[in-house]
Amino acid sequence: MKTPASLKNKIAIVGVGESDIGKVPNMTGLGLNAQAAKRALDESGLKVSDIDGVLTAYSFTEPYFMLGSVLCEYLGVKPRFNASVVSGGASPAVMLKHAAEAIASGQAETILVCAGENRATGLTRDAALSALLAVGHPYFEQPYGGSIPGYYAMIAQRHMHVYGTKREQLAHVAVNTRAHALRHPNAHMKRAITLEQVLEAKPIADPLGMLDCCLISDAGGAFIVTSAERARDLKSKPVYLQGIGEYHTHEHLMCAPSLTEFGATESGKTAYQMAGLGPQDVDVAQLYDCFTIVPIIELEELGFVKPGEGGAFFAEGHARIGGKLPVNTHGGMLSHAHAGAAGGLFGIVEAVRQLRGGLGERQVQGAEVALVHNEGGILSSHCTLILANDKG
Amino acid sequence: MEQNTLPTPVANADSKPYWDAARERRLVIRKCKACSQLHFMPRHLCPQCWSDQLEWVDAKGTGTVHSFTVVRRASDPAFTALVPYVVALIELEEGPRMMANILGADALEVKIGDRVKVTFEDRGDGALLPQFQRA
Repeated sequence: MKTPASLKNKIAIVGVGESDIGKVPNMTGLGLNAQAAKRALDESGLKVSDIDGVLTAYSFTEPYFMLGSVLCEYLGVKPRFNASVVSGGASPAVMLKHAAEAIASGQAETILVCAGENRATGLTRDAALSALLAVGHPYFEQPYGGSIPGYYAMIAQRHMHVYGTKREQLAHVAVNTRAHALRHPNAHMKRAITLEQVLEAKPIADPLGMLDCCLISDAGGAFIVTSAERARDLKSKPVYLQGIGEYHTHEHLMCAPSLTEFGATESGKTAYQMAGLGPQDVDVAQLYDCFTIVPIIELEELGFVKPGEGGAFFAEGHARIGGKLPVNTHGGMLSHAHAGAAGGLFGIVEAVRQLRGGLGERQVQGAEVALVHNEGGILSSHCTLILANDKG
Repeated sequence: MEQNTLPTPVANADSKPYWDAARERRLVIRKCKACSQLHFMPRHLCPQCWSDQLEWVDAKGTGTVHSFTVVRRASDPAFTALVPYVVALIELEEGPRMMANILGADALEVKIGDRVKVTFEDRGDGALLPQFQRA
């Protein structure tokens, strides 16, 4: 296989933004995107007229076809580069990759990447859950009454069987990320939780309970990508892309090649190779955490720990701010926000902020290199990226 | 209250022989005539070698539980009355994996590695859905 062309140090993220998060009934999904985009653009010091590319993902709550064009129309932007990327939760990282490629090849210079939905108030809880049923195969999975938590629960169950991962270790992931969310002023969840509360929460699909599952939020997130040259003289401290890679193995769980080995190993390998860095160089990681089992698997696949050691890493507190490798310092999708593709996008937003520094009690001291991993489907589509505050 | 019925199988050009066989209480899977690879989800070509020379073969109808979950909150309202119920990934004797429920009085005691055998659940109008029970 040919090594992909390097995107190292070609582009920088120069502005990040989050909308109001939680239950925001006075705003539409597009409005949440616009609010996040405006905040990201203001931070960069760029003007709307500088945006010549726009990427967005998809929405379960609003009835628009061609969401990319719809968002441009709403924002009053006429770009020469635009698409809607539908790689589920992997979309934000994949969008960053498309943006980097477009800028590196001169198709655009400044790209707005945006995602978000009013999933908490734009749909009833039941409607949100049934919309998400479509993630299961319509003919060979859905007739059996599975659910997204159920599919991930089967992955958790297999991990517990093969590696001896404990129920309590899954719960530690939720406790850990909640503790981080309490240090984030805009996080959806504002109250601490205990291990007992996670273990005793309403059961959803064994072994997962309510607090092992991500939130349903109203939220939008955005970031502005431009060329490394253009980034030099802007208002904000640029954060440079060092490496990025993706890998896709299946869509439906019944077709997954394995329930313990997914595509993060390959996407991570490509990203590390491009960056010329390894797991030992990473100071902070923002890992996709739609369910508590997922960051455990990602820690293992991305080489931070050996297979089967992810659960203990969380239980022993190594993933806390101040620990060996702080994970999901904003609170992740379990406690900060989850609204469609915005969930994984906030991992990128937080990585940028950590690398710029100055986050007070949330700051990972001396953070120079951050890794972000997004996954979509049922651990089907993977994209890993490595960012740094210096060209390295 | 709206009455929700369980989903009935939907046949399409890829899967009609599968659902027709199920109506005869047979579990069939796809086999590639070129490379002999077996696969579960029926499609137009072999996902291994892309040959379009495929045949249907009868599966033995036995396998093991590769993983499972006990669903305690159904996402699909049609299943709400059935909770708790088991959704499992079955590794067929022949190799491919498929999803199914584990049915039977002892279903909730299921464990990974349990031997299971196929059974067929009536979903109305003569449509039968392949299911499994502990062997």
